[in-house]
Amino acid sequence: MSTHKLRRVFVWELPVRIYHWVNALAIVVLCVTGYFIGKPPAMMFGGEAHERYLFGWIRFIHFVSAYIFLFNFVFRIYWGFVGNKYADWKNFIPTNRRYFKEMWHVLKIDILLMKGKEHLSVGHNALAGFTYFMMFLMFLVQIITGFGLYAAMSQSWIAGMFAWAPYLFGGDIILRQVHHITMWLFILFAIIHVYLVFYHDYVEGRGEVSSMAGGWKFIEEEVFEDTHHEKTSA
Amino acid sequence: MSVRPTRSSYYEELRQRGYSRRDFMKFCATITAYLGLESSGVGQVVRALETKSRIPVIWLHFQECTCCSESFIRSSHPIVADILLDKLSLDYTETLMAASGHQAEKCMRDTMEKYKGEYVLCIEGSVPTEAEGVYCMIGGRTSFDILKEAAAGAKAVIAWGSCASNGCVQSAKPNPTGATPIHKLLKGTTVIKVPGCPPIGEVMAGVLVHLITFGTIPELDGVGRPKAFYSKRVHDTCYRRPFYDAGLFVERFDDENAKKGYCLYKVGCKGPLTYNACGVMKWNNGTSFPIQSGHGCFGCSEEGYWDAGGLYLRAQPFPGFGIESDADKIGTAAAIATGVGIAAHAVMTNVRKSRLIDNLVSEGKESEKEL
Repeated sequence: MSTHKLRRVFVWELPVRIYHWVNALAIVVLCVTGYFIGKPPAMMFGGEAHERYLFGWIRFIHFVSAYIFLFNFVFRIYWGFVGNKYADWKNFIPTNRRYFKEMWHVLKIDILLMKGKEHLSVGHNALAGFTYFMMFLMFLVQIITGFGLYAAMSQSWIAGMFAWAPYLFGGDIILRQVHHITMWLFILFAIIHVYLVFYHDYVEGRGEVSSMAGGWKFIEEEVFEDTHHEKTSA
Repeated sequence: MSVRPTRSSYYEELRQRGYSRRDFMKFCATITAYLGLESSGVGQVVRALETKSRIPVIWLHFQECTCCSESFIRSSHPIVADILLDKLSLDYTETLMAASGHQAEKCMRDTMEKYKGEYVLCIEGSVPTEAEGVYCMIGGRTSFDILKEAAAGAKAVIAWGSCASNGCVQSAKPNPTGATPIHKLLKGTTVIKVPGCPPIGEVMAGVLVHLITFGTIPELDGVGRPKAFYSKRVHDTCYRRPFYDAGLFVERFDDENAKKGYCLYKVGCKGPLTYNACGVMKWNNGTSFPIQSGHGCFGCSEEGYWDAGGLYLRAQPFPGFGIESDADKIGTAAAIATGVGIAAHAVMTNVRKSRLIDNLVSEGKESEKEL
């Protein structure tokens, strides 16, 4: 048995970490309020309707969170062009054959748990990156359907930019249906995402879980040397 | 009805029928308000109806139930029916014309020739396209044939009701006759859609008065509905809205909340998804509208409302997953399946990657001891 010397790598810059947690919080709030909007709880109330504004508040929180979610997402796209190499847009969109090979490799080793050389990546591995790209498309669907529904009741030009959505989908009824089922894709994504973070931390021991707090990951000295060599010799 | 050789103005015709100037002015003020024009618009409407001669109208009936015509002749203001139905010179309409057979067909042809480029073509009903259109034949011709010919010389084309605008019930799955809304058959022609099953009579009258007054089609939204009547959701003008905002809902149609008149959202009201003027104009001389009589809106003016499923369901069944499956049920099942998959993966990870994990653990423990 060998002991490892670990080397500190700055992976997630502060803006990426802020994006991540704002996004996570917004999604949780949007899902909870969204679920209630879709299926309001039955409540007994003896008073008059004007005495309270419960459902109005739930919707208000949903809409505010939606704006935060939208601008946070726009910011992340921007950061994909100016951030460090782990934040770069090329992590998410396959641009070469190596990307596909790595995706296949990660699928074999980490998802199907087949035997083989462990894949150790510092930032996103290719499969994760591509999954995030799919998730970004899902964000887009949710933004278009959500703000498309919202446009009819809003004076804002931001919502107005999505007023075409009902026409594209064929009315608010189907728009709402798509919006609702996409919420469940968010929930499924979150479950798998959280699990895989713990999985990587457990089998790799590189501080995957804490990396989104401090920004650091810790890689083995020999892995660092190898990668460094590859890069300088290439 | 035959083609009238001389065309007098609407006002002249009305006076002949015994309406006073005052009745006429009241009508103009009413319809101006419906059109959403400012009060100075009354003058414009008055002048147009005083001076302009009647617009010839061809009103075709295809796959439909005539509820649009029924709604139209019950417009709240008596002049609406008189002026627009009797005096608008409906040169051809199967339901109301006196002529029949070859005479009637000749009437239509005469109007199309004499007033080429001037007449308004109103269409009630969808057009079947399956089996070469044999499911709806009039005078030995398919409705598609008649539509194409009539539309070619029309000044404006109006699709009355959900059938002509969206296909309505006969285009619902599996749509055996291939019922097709008008705008899909008249590519390149602007079709004014006036959806609803039926549309509100005053809305229909308003669209026609706009055509008469301004000589142009009213401002339309992205799918071709007049903005004056279809830019707001039923929900936005619903008098039960405060209950919605308070979170007070009818749980069942016979519960205490229903008696109190709470919001019908949870028993499937489609008001939040439906663009129409029901909450403002109401029906039958402004007497009531579905929500007011305790029945949720089921979105009759929305595209595909039959196929959207569950006229009385808040969460619609999801296509392909059966009638009992709404998004939440499918989502919950998927989440449980994911959870099971993850648990299996976690167990397998400990088995398949035991060496890797053991190494990490023993390395960690050794460091702990050494410290």
